[in-house]
Amino acid sequence: MKMRVINLIKRAAAVLLFAPAVALAAAASVQLDKAPVSTDPAALQHGAKLFVNYCLSCHSASFKRYNMLTNIGLSEQEIRDNLMFTAERVGDLMTVAMRPADAKVWFGTAVPDLTLVARQRNSGDGSGADWLYTYLRQFYRDPARPSGWNNVVFENVGMPHVFWELQGEQVANITENADGTKNVQLSLAKPGKLSVEEYDKAVADLVSFMVWMSEPIAEKRKAIGTVVLIFLAGLFVLSYALKKNYWKDIH
Amino acid sequence: MTTKSQALLNWIDERFPLTSSIKGHLTEYYAPKNFNFWYFFGSLALLVLVIQILTGIFLVMHYKPDASLNASGVPVAFASVEYIMREVPGGWLIRYLHSTGASAFFVVVYLHMFRGLLYGSYRKPRELIWIFGTLIFLVLMAEAFMGYLLPWGQMSFWGAQVIVNLFSAIPIIGPDLSLVIRGDYVVSDATLNRFFSFHVIAVPLVLIGLVVAHIIALHEVGSNNPDGVEIKKKKDANGIPLDGIPFHPYYTVKDIVGVVAFLFFFTAVVFFAPEGGGYFLEYNNFIPADPLKTPPHIAPVWYFTPFYSILRAVTYPLFGLDAKFWGVVAMGASVVIIAFLPWLDRSPVKSMRYKGPIFKAAVAIFVVCFIILGYLGVLPPTPGRTLVSQICSVLYFAFFLLMPWYSKLDKCKPEPERVTFK
Repeated sequence: MKMRVINLIKRAAAVLLFAPAVALAAAASVQLDKAPVSTDPAALQHGAKLFVNYCLSCHSASFKRYNMLTNIGLSEQEIRDNLMFTAERVGDLMTVAMRPADAKVWFGTAVPDLTLVARQRNSGDGSGADWLYTYLRQFYRDPARPSGWNNVVFENVGMPHVFWELQGEQVANITENADGTKNVQLSLAKPGKLSVEEYDKAVADLVSFMVWMSEPIAEKRKAIGTVVLIFLAGLFVLSYALKKNYWKDIH
Repeated sequence: MTTKSQALLNWIDERFPLTSSIKGHLTEYYAPKNFNFWYFFGSLALLVLVIQILTGIFLVMHYKPDASLNASGVPVAFASVEYIMREVPGGWLIRYLHSTGASAFFVVVYLHMFRGLLYGSYRKPRELIWIFGTLIFLVLMAEAFMGYLLPWGQMSFWGAQVIVNLFSAIPIIGPDLSLVIRGDYVVSDATLNRFFSFHVIAVPLVLIGLVVAHIIALHEVGSNNPDGVEIKKKKDANGIPLDGIPFHPYYTVKDIVGVVAFLFFFTAVVFFAPEGGGYFLEYNNFIPADPLKTPPHIAPVWYFTPFYSILRAVTYPLFGLDAKFWGVVAMGASVVIIAFLPWLDRSPVKSMRYKGPIFKAAVAIFVVCFIILGYLGVLPPTPGRTLVSQICSVLYFAFFLLMPWYSKLDKCKPEPERVTFK
């Protein structure tokens, strides 16, 4: 009887050993490029300029105020002169005038707020920054779409390619794999104002800005964290010595 | 002590049992001297409870339980969380402490429960401590579930939608019951407001009451220990257990070491990985709740996933009732069954140290199953995964339901007379 129970347990353990293999049969995922995210103020300021010029006309960043950009090294006067086109006061939130209902008619979908986009787009495939960096570089011409643009990472996206002037026009060579998945090969059909390297750098700066915007405290948080951990490590040594001393007569 | 402060103490003691309480619960509460690593998690659970209450008080000052949209089209509740994160001085820290604290609470409580399982802390005479503990776990799950709705992100909304809908699977009263819980036909502002009320007032009150009962019951019978032998059986001439040492100062100074070590790991997450890799703060929850856009994959937070897997593992309708209903029953049973451990374990010894190979193997399989169930609960289901979760669910219940037999059958080692301490 006991032998049988033990055998049963052994067999169950064997089933469990192989269980993760069955569970892990993975799903297909998107190939993302690693974003060269920077915390350099010059990159962030360039990103802010691109964001305000190209994104903020449709996308809001409604959890941010203009004067919070002083944290990336800009003065309030610089913000007022260069970055505020529609807002009146430097303490205003970075909102847009477009109404969500209009956006729905014009683009087929409400235009998302971008304050948190770098955190929203995190996934098993890569960080939110990687997603944005890949997405903004993989628009291609598609006459079937109402905007004339499509995207490799975000198929049938409602957003047109706002940077077409900078990047130029890419076309896609789409082949189908044996298993039904699509293989998209992009090539630059018409060069833009920027070279490929320059465009990649501009997108990297914009993405760096969006990463900063999604959690402006991130750098300070890590700096404080280092001090906290060093303090706790020291406190651990002291508290351990205290415990040792109290416990020395317990046998 | 000066005569004046002694006089004050006497004045109080004649009206309130101050000195006797301090003696009874700290300086003359005798705990076994052989507590090991696993015994840190009780005091740590209390620490996390205090962290959650303190940070919660400050969050409530700035949070707004309001599902209506602000001028930018963002729900006010969601925007108020971002306001805390960006504009309230130190708000980001308070919020990360609270959100990380929720996960830390479950880490600590799971390890605390596992300790009980290892050393038979649920056995006579500690059955009531164990029952209070199971109730604390149950109430903690309710607290966490309701708290998770408050940031009003996509996962908050759809997670609540899925879980509240489960209640509608109960025959006859189900639909009305889920209506009462929601306060509406869908998760809405009414739901957000009542969950806020429950999360902030009702459930914490119950939780604190149960924690007090848990500790009173513990101090009535005394702590178990890794050897599972009763220290009260061997006392010296003064009636003090030979293997007992006063809780204060010995375990207060020892627990301080545990607290500091815990805070090291806790703050490492708070300051360097507050999202916990998408498990503590889910990525989808940075998107405001949108009742018109169902996320492709809705996963509960990690600490619910073992039980969620059990729910999903039930795919057969029975007695003319929906599979969903039996899933809810199985999920409920998987938590409630923990309370019955004191009567399921028929082993002659308490501690794992002296239990035989069958019980040890059973616990090992149980732990592996629990982890696999937790892992599968995060993933979208596939036929293969469902099969694995079904096997694990059966083993989960078998661990409890077969325990009266295998714990009796097992070949245990003899328990020592006194605790082992080196």
